Amino acid sequence: MTRLALTSLKLAAFRSHASLRVETDGRPVAIYGPNGAGKTNILEAISMLSPGRGLRRAAAADMARSATGIGWRVTAELHSLEQSHEVVTGVEGDAARSVTIDGKAAAQVALGRIARILWLVPVMDRLWLEGAGERRRFLDRMALSFTPSHAEASITYERAMRDRNRLLKDQSRDAGWYDALEDQMARAGAAITATRMEALSRVARAQEDAATAFPRATLSITGPDGEDAPDGSEDQLRRAFAEGRRRDMAAGRTLTGPHRADLSAIYTDKDMPARHCSTGEQKALLISLILANARALADSFGAPPILLLDEVAAHLDTDRRAALYDEICALGAQAWMTGTGAELFDALGPRAMRLHVTEEGGESRTQAEA
Amino acid sequence: MSDGAGKEIEQLIALMAKLPGLGPRSARRAVLTMIKKRRLLLDPLAQAMTEVAATARECVECGNIGTSDLCDICTSPKRDQTILCIVEDVSDLWAMERAQVFSGRYHVLGGVLSALDGIGPDELKLPKLETRVAQGQIKEAILALGATVDGQTTAHYLADRLEPLGITVTTLAQGVPVGGELDYLDDGTISAALRARKSL
Repeated sequence: MTRLALTSLKLAAFRSHASLRVETDGRPVAIYGPNGAGKTNILEAISMLSPGRGLRRAAAADMARSATGIGWRVTAELHSLEQSHEVVTGVEGDAARSVTIDGKAAAQVALGRIARILWLVPVMDRLWLEGAGERRRFLDRMALSFTPSHAEASITYERAMRDRNRLLKDQSRDAGWYDALEDQMARAGAAITATRMEALSRVARAQEDAATAFPRATLSITGPDGEDAPDGSEDQLRRAFAEGRRRDMAAGRTLTGPHRADLSAIYTDKDMPARHCSTGEQKALLISLILANARALADSFGAPPILLLDEVAAHLDTDRRAALYDEICALGAQAWMTGTGAELFDALGPRAMRLHVTEEGGESRTQAEA
Repeated sequence: MSDGAGKEIEQLIALMAKLPGLGPRSARRAVLTMIKKRRLLLDPLAQAMTEVAATARECVECGNIGTSDLCDICTSPKRDQTILCIVEDVSDLWAMERAQVFSGRYHVLGGVLSALDGIGPDELKLPKLETRVAQGQIKEAILALGATVDGQTTAHYLADRLEPLGITVTTLAQGVPVGGELDYLDDGTISAALRARKSL
């Protein structure tokens, strides 16, 4: 099977799951059960198999079962392209999150090279209405899914910018020091913008060719106030940083650069900005983008990504829901989906396996059903 | 934690445990070994430490650590005075010396620029560096700094300060380590190596 899927997942002391063990056969997984049973916790645990803080953006220590205080662990067998890997991540005591791949310690960024995981969670329903930070993160996750080295460029940029911000706050006038930091910011920043643009054009191409029941979105990168973004080249950034020093000093922080970029989306067929669309349309646009991202990844990575779709069924009417399931299955992606009732997944029929999650005395119990 | 040894010995163990590479357990083992091999280890070590404590100091010229005001490298007539290698720390200087391939002199900055850590140009030995370069003998400065954000920022900063003084400023190459296989390199190193490729 040339694809990407978890074939086994074990959670130890992860949030409400004292101990969970699931074997899968690569089919999508429908997780159902009442509110608070611990369904999303399973998705969150899977999201920890990618670099970063996972789908809740929580601190690693907070994912432990609070009562025990001995940390947590997620162990997974990941089938990636032609190979199987054993991936273990977790926290012990006060230490930072550790990762091992096939028994060898690895950096978090290494996870991005073997696994591509995309998610859609209910808090993202307000993506087009709220601050630019969330949209930028959405854009960066998209870029990261195609280009794992996006993470390194972001870290370099952030690091140099924190130093520059310190200089600005200290009212330093050492032009040479600013030059040196801005040079690094310009290089890393240009790389960040380039991978973001590349991601958008891949997603746009994947939308063009697709037969899909979900609406097309036209994405573009804008400046912080919705204006057209400058080209983001090294030279342009270097000039912008140098010219902005006086203004930045008054603000005490860097006001221009890729860390201020915003993502704008237009409902293509209606030529309407996403933020003006109805709640249902906004949700449909998001699903459309995740599916396009997944299709584009299937081409570039060689396999569709693992999808984590939290409460995705609830907001869709029966036809759209069936269309979503059909598209996931056509794509061949292992989607892990949650919903409160088993009937939400009826349209999947035997194309998915099912997990029934219940809760007893604060502890989740999970029952696999064929 | 008491070891059942005397107060002075426990004090020694506690001090040793603060050294890099040692912890409480290895410090206890080291102290025990020294005491058992008193003539071979403890006495000579105590004497060596007393001497080093009395004489160790920073070279006023380059910042290396030696036992006189000017270190052996700065006073050696065999050293090329026209090439200067700029390093972050004395440990980097010692690493360069171990390789036995550099015949010029050094300048130890004592750190790298980091606004967040409060290390600015004044905290580094920059005035001294500029004075040395301004004396006119130095033709080339080699920046041997780490490939970190702070290291590269410092390299860029120094290049801007030193080039107007009329010298050539170079930096160490970045890329495939000697004896290394491409397969094991991270993407950043491979792309640096590709950018710095040269004809055979």
